[in-house]
Amino acid sequence: MIATIWAWLSDPTNWAGAGGIPAQSLEHLRLSLIALLAAALVAVPIGLYVGHTGRGRVVLVNVVSAFRAIPSLGVLFIAALLLLPHLRGNLAFELPSLIVLAVLGIPPILSGVYAGIEQVDPAARDAARGMGMTGWQRLWQVEVPCALPLICSGLRSSMMQIIATATIAAVVGLGGLGRFLIDGQANRKYDEMAGGAILVALLALVVDIVFSLVQRAVVSPGLASRGRT
Amino acid sequence: MIRLEGVSKEYAAGRPAVDNLTLEAATGEITVLVGPSGCGKTTSLRMINRMIEPTSGRILIDGRDTARVPAATLRRDIGYVIQHAGLFPHRTVLHNVMTVPRLNGWGRARAEARAREVLEMVGLPGDFGRRYPGQLSGGQQQRVGVARALASDPSVILMDEPFSAVDPVAREGLQDDILRLQAELGTTIVLVTHDIDEAIKLGHRVAVLRQGGVLAQFSSPADLLAHPADDFVADFVGRDRGYRALSFQHADVPVHPEEPVRLGQPLGRRSEEWLLAVDDGSRPQGWVVPAEVGEGPVRVEHLHRAGTVAPVDGALRALLDAALSSPSGRGVVVRDGVLAGTVRAQEVLSVIQQAPRPDGASIQGPESASATGQRP
Ligand SMILES: Nc1ncnc2c1ncn2[C@@H]1O[C@H](COP(=O)(O)OP(=O)(O)OP(=O)(O)O)[C@@H](O)[C@H]1O
Ligand SMILES: [Mg+2]
Repeated sequence: MIATIWAWLSDPTNWAGAGGIPAQSLEHLRLSLIALLAAALVAVPIGLYVGHTGRGRVVLVNVVSAFRAIPSLGVLFIAALLLLPHLRGNLAFELPSLIVLAVLGIPPILSGVYAGIEQVDPAARDAARGMGMTGWQRLWQVEVPCALPLICSGLRSSMMQIIATATIAAVVGLGGLGRFLIDGQANRKYDEMAGGAILVALLALVVDIVFSLVQRAVVSPGLASRGRT
Repeated sequence: MIRLEGVSKEYAAGRPAVDNLTLEAATGEITVLVGPSGCGKTTSLRMINRMIEPTSGRILIDGRDTARVPAATLRRDIGYVIQHAGLFPHRTVLHNVMTVPRLNGWGRARAEARAREVLEMVGLPGDFGRRYPGQLSGGQQQRVGVARALASDPSVILMDEPFSAVDPVAREGLQDDILRLQAELGTTIVLVTHDIDEAIKLGHRVAVLRQGGVLAQFSSPADLLAHPADDFVADFVGRDRGYRALSFQHADVPVHPEEPVRLGQPLGRRSEEWLLAVDDGSRPQGWVVPAEVGEGPVRVEHLHRAGTVAPVDGALRALLDAALSSPSGRGVVVRDGVLAGTVRAQEVLSVIQQAPRPDGASIQGPESASATGQRP
């Protein structure tokens, strides 16, 4: 079994062309990044608002847990059915999937941003106000920098979710590593299916490592080191 | 000068946290607000920089109504120090201290130079600036908090229990530094504490608040100890107020010459029960018993260090303590650290008895305090 998977993975013909492994990996990544960006555009401002003002916390917590209960495949088919007649070209294929992926990516970002701002030391917030910082200055100079560790982990788990779910976008005809799984199943080529699954896991791992490097670069060392240097 | 005029704060209708408070914090002095937990100290303080808006009354700083100044602008001109320092964990110590100058539009280089200067002033020189708050002790963090408040050289600083979260030894050091810095810079400080000893040590004037934010007494520490306005104040000030009041009394006490022995040299034929040892600069080091020293030179291991040392012009409390704590019964007094002689408890006590009690002329109870609050 392992040998056949390896044979599939190392077969040069699987690495070439528009449907090859590199092309599908890039396509998978492209869809995932667009979905992450869309999710962040919605979730970050809301999370910042709720965390900074403390308004709407109960609503936010409930919405997040409701979102998490959404079955992704079901939503994908509904979105495809509803939107397909109204769209043309490439967009017709991509938009429903992207919407689903973005919607699934929202909860981790939302709760990461909100929780990050929420857990900022109340004394530091009080001092910031007492020193004469305006609301925006407090947000950007104190709250966001202090919340970055949790904001980053929210983005990372959102990205993991999106990469995993992007696999099923192949069901409605989209590219990405999901193709290998869907096509492999259709053709009963189990080595291709298993190879595709491994590639998805690898892609997720590599992306997470890249994100963690970015996190290390943007988060202040003062937030990480609680001990003496 | 900071003036609270009939200031009240009601969080819930009908139950004031601060009730019609009229109070003046004189320019260049430390005014302390003290009282039991929940009496409205923090509320009163935070109304000064509009962290809390008063329900009624007004607050003037140098004659200017604070309600007319935008809150953020007002706060940038007022230093603010809080209990747990509230340092920004993501910024280095240096950048923490640079915050207010930068908010005030200073250039980076100027703000940085100033930050280094104030850090030095609070005893955190050099590479402390590069550390993050998480790498400092509680006492050091509090020092950074003070430096941050001093950075833009404000004429007014508000402090809410600045030292209550640090251990007693670090607290003493911080208190001494605040006294020194305040005397140097002439800053007007309003400080909140629940610790009457801290209030008496730091305050030029002390306002005692009772439950509901009512001013019980506003007077100098000496008057507070000598003439508590009522049972509540007397109770709050505590039992040993008679002894503590001696901290503010100075009088001439007879100083007897003392023939010391030098560390590192033999006693010769001295045979008193206790001998005072000094170093080469005539600074007192401790007491020795000749029988324990024997023939050889006086060494550090021979020293008994029980006695406290008082400045020759010190308060009566320090002189009495020196005499009472000395194993020989002779209280060591120094002038600029150099042995000046010894005093006797008997004689300090008789000076205390003859000294006039602190008079009540400068005392203000709640009534007279509000009387001075009237406009001239
Ligand atoms: N935000 C608030 N909402 C409602 N009540 C408050 C609020 N802040 C303070 N209080 C109440 O006002 C009163 C005075 O509070 P304040 O914090 O000024 O007391 P304090 O003298 O500083 O006490 P402590 O020594 O414990 O700090 C208390 O009874 C407190 O419960
Ligand atoms: Mg308080």
